[in-house]
Amino acid sequence: MDTEIAAILAMDGIATGAIYVLIGLGFVLIFAVTRVIFVPFGDIAAFTALTLASLETGRSPGTVGLVAALAVLALLMESVTLLKARAPHLLPRAFLCYLILPLLPATAVWFSAGSILAMPERIALSLALVLPIAPLLDRVVFRPIADASVLLLLTVAVALHFALVGLGLLFFGPEGVRTEPLTDANFEVGGLVVNAQTLLIVGASIVFSALLFLFFEFTLLGKALRATAINRTGARLVGIRPATSGTIAYLLASLLAGISGVLIAPVATIFYDSGFLIGLKAFVGAIIGAMASYPMTALGAVLVGLLESFASFWTSAFKEVVVFGILIPVLLWRSLSLAGAEEEETDE
Amino acid sequence: MTRFQLRLAGCGAILLLALAPLLLSPFSITLLNYIGIYALVALGLVLLTGIGGMLSFGQAAFVGIAAYATAWLTVKEDCSPWLGLVLALLLTGGVAAILGAVTLRLGGHFLALSTIAWGLAIYFLFGNLAIVGQFNGISDVPPISIGGFALVSSVSIYYLIWTVLVAALLLAANLLGSRQGRAIRALRGGRIMVESLGINPFRIKLATFVMAALLSALSGWLYAHMSRFVSPAPFDVNVGILYLLMAMVGGMGHLLGAVVGAAVVTLLKNSIQDYLPIIAPGASSQLEIVVFAVLFILLLQRARAGIVPFALRYLPSVKPSAPVAAASLGRREQPERGGPLLAVVGATRRFGGLIAVNDVSFEIGAGEILGLIGPNGAGKTTMFNLITGALAPDQGRITFLGAEIARWKQRLIARAGIARTFQHVKLRPNMTLLDTVLLGTYARTASGFFAGALRLDRGEEARARGEAMRQLERVGLADRAFDLAGNSPLGNQRLIEIARALAADPVLLVLDEPAAGLRAGEKAALARLLGALRSEGLTILLVEHDMDFVMGLVDRTVVMDFGSKLCEGTPAVIRRDPRVQEAYLGGVA
Repeated sequence: MDTEIAAILAMDGIATGAIYVLIGLGFVLIFAVTRVIFVPFGDIAAFTALTLASLETGRSPGTVGLVAALAVLALLMESVTLLKARAPHLLPRAFLCYLILPLLPATAVWFSAGSILAMPERIALSLALVLPIAPLLDRVVFRPIADASVLLLLTVAVALHFALVGLGLLFFGPEGVRTEPLTDANFEVGGLVVNAQTLLIVGASIVFSALLFLFFEFTLLGKALRATAINRTGARLVGIRPATSGTIAYLLASLLAGISGVLIAPVATIFYDSGFLIGLKAFVGAIIGAMASYPMTALGAVLVGLLESFASFWTSAFKEVVVFGILIPVLLWRSLSLAGAEEEETDE
Repeated sequence: MTRFQLRLAGCGAILLLALAPLLLSPFSITLLNYIGIYALVALGLVLLTGIGGMLSFGQAAFVGIAAYATAWLTVKEDCSPWLGLVLALLLTGGVAAILGAVTLRLGGHFLALSTIAWGLAIYFLFGNLAIVGQFNGISDVPPISIGGFALVSSVSIYYLIWTVLVAALLLAANLLGSRQGRAIRALRGGRIMVESLGINPFRIKLATFVMAALLSALSGWLYAHMSRFVSPAPFDVNVGILYLLMAMVGGMGHLLGAVVGAAVVTLLKNSIQDYLPIIAPGASSQLEIVVFAVLFILLLQRARAGIVPFALRYLPSVKPSAPVAAASLGRREQPERGGPLLAVVGATRRFGGLIAVNDVSFEIGAGEILGLIGPNGAGKTTMFNLITGALAPDQGRITFLGAEIARWKQRLIARAGIARTFQHVKLRPNMTLLDTVLLGTYARTASGFFAGALRLDRGEEARARGEAMRQLERVGLADRAFDLAGNSPLGNQRLIEIARALAADPVLLVLDEPAAGLRAGEKAALARLLGALRSEGLTILLVEHDMDFVMGLVDRTVVMDFGSKLCEGTPAVIRRDPRVQEAYLGGVA
């Protein structure tokens, strides 16, 4: 391999890594606030890409049906909870939060049916469509067992992933999609052709990571989320509702996943089940960051991207084996650096 | 129900299984074959996840390694399936040992996540390796033959599958009732509790992990020679979660849960495949996974315990037989009364900027009760953790029976003769009092996993049970030996912990606030017990808040305040010391 190929591979790897960074940060964000390892997170990214592709061809995306179904289910569950708690006066609010708001973007799709929107509008609409999925899933699936052990929540999350993949096939169909490039511009740096899209991906990743950092560091809401992550009971005592914090975490993380879906859609063919592998690779990054540190997660995700890119050059058939195999030495290193730190009593 | 009746019921079930091919259609036998094969994997998961507390989504990968190993050896190298079994077990066990060694030291969810990752890695490996036929797999796998008779028909292999399964169930049941099995059941109590009993939790976890993988390997071997064909698909991660679903549906805490769960899920899968095409033609295959996933989520939300514990409520429980008095386990020689037993010299422990224990020195003489007292935040618990090895001191020395133990592992300190109890009682709620106290004898006994599974440990086990009963008698709980620890009131739970510590035959008993939460009568009984133990030559270190309790009992007291030692002496001296009065009362009135 000469330096030129190495440079191309490195660039490719960094771009892929940048996409994993966004998803990896989302993983850590959700885990910290809700203790849920939200395995279906990659699916959210894939669904965004599929939604964008549908809008591009002027078809109504499957997301509409998915969100509608989830919204109705969430509203039903919330209503039952409220009626049981003898708080019917809160029903209108639940109606607004669980039905009207999630379905607003869907109605926008309905109104624009047939006409093809401009790219920025398509992207914005795709993001808005996908945004409610994770918070609704949180309401339907995780809220009833919010106090369960991390392992139980993880098991539920894995099962949820498989449910979503099945639904994905139902709502989006088996075809793979690749959207129009975000930009066609190319330019040369020192004899090397750099694709503007690559720069856009890396740039977007940096900007949104920075925004996340600023949000946590300088806003009250961000601090409330951090407080929930550190101690749920303590947060409750100072007036922060863990359920609300959770919803905000899911929304923020979904935004990150949605953006990564938009970024990956033009550079890779996305199927209804592509999310799992994307998510798991981001996960390897998050594990490098021990599910706790945002900067280490970002670094880990970039490493995974680089590894994948070089592995696909050397031994394309085994690139997945290499990427997931790398987890073993990573875990070994983690187990040596973390040994003795954990002490969790698990219930039966 | 007596043990005899239980055996009778077991024999009846085996007879029914043996007659099944005469009563059922060939298709039902094929279903039973699949149930048996799945149940083996689910059994491994019950041991690993339900009882040991380690979650794995990757068992399907182990099934796959075994199936591929035997398929490759028998098809490509033309060897006997029995050699294939050897290779399958060796290879799967080896891979599991390596994966386990790397991941089992980590906290619960890291292990679970890594199982997904290696499950995928192994799936892609099979799918891309030319030597095992890539995604096409290996076909024409030969059948297993026993003494020249090839097990081709589904009825003939049915007997092999269910023999293996019943044997595995019996061995697993034996193991869980033995020394190492109790250690597996204790794992969920957390590292500190397990180590305080002299158990190496990592070793137990690794052994359990490999055991579960070997059960999966058996399943994979049977699968390869039953279906006569292997391809990557049956070993994918979503099959891994189906195995987990089986174990959870049946009941994670019970061995039979594996069989019940495998049966329910297999039959359900079968009927879903029959009915879904009618309800949703054209979309049935994708809906199948949705239905299973939704069922799984509902199960986890509503009925985590599974079917077996639910059914057991309506069945008569088995009356346990009280252990017969047997020769005792060997006892340790207690050191000469009055000699130095434990010496702490200049111990210091910092947490960041906070100095929790600051240059503390004191000694405990053999045969005395020493009280360690002090107001909240004085550093008593940290001192306690330094002595028992839960923490290592930053500076200073701790000598016990002449050995420098300050940097020893917790379990080695426990084995050297320091037994402890916990301020927040650490018992496994689902273990009986007898089993809990038997855990205490772990370091005094030696039976391994094989001895336990094959019941070769009965002599030692009888002695250990005798010892455990004696300790229960000593704390006054012998008549409740078969109650569950979790059902006891707090006062009794503290006594169970003391009995468990005594079962280790300690030289030094270290008690962390044993009187906290006890009623007056219980406190008096506890004081009498500790006094009696002292008169038997046992040395006791007591960390306690309750002044009346401490002052009436101890020979000497060490007072700590803000991490430093304030003073030490007999109760009478301590009572008069103005520094102690100031520390507790905020100045002499």
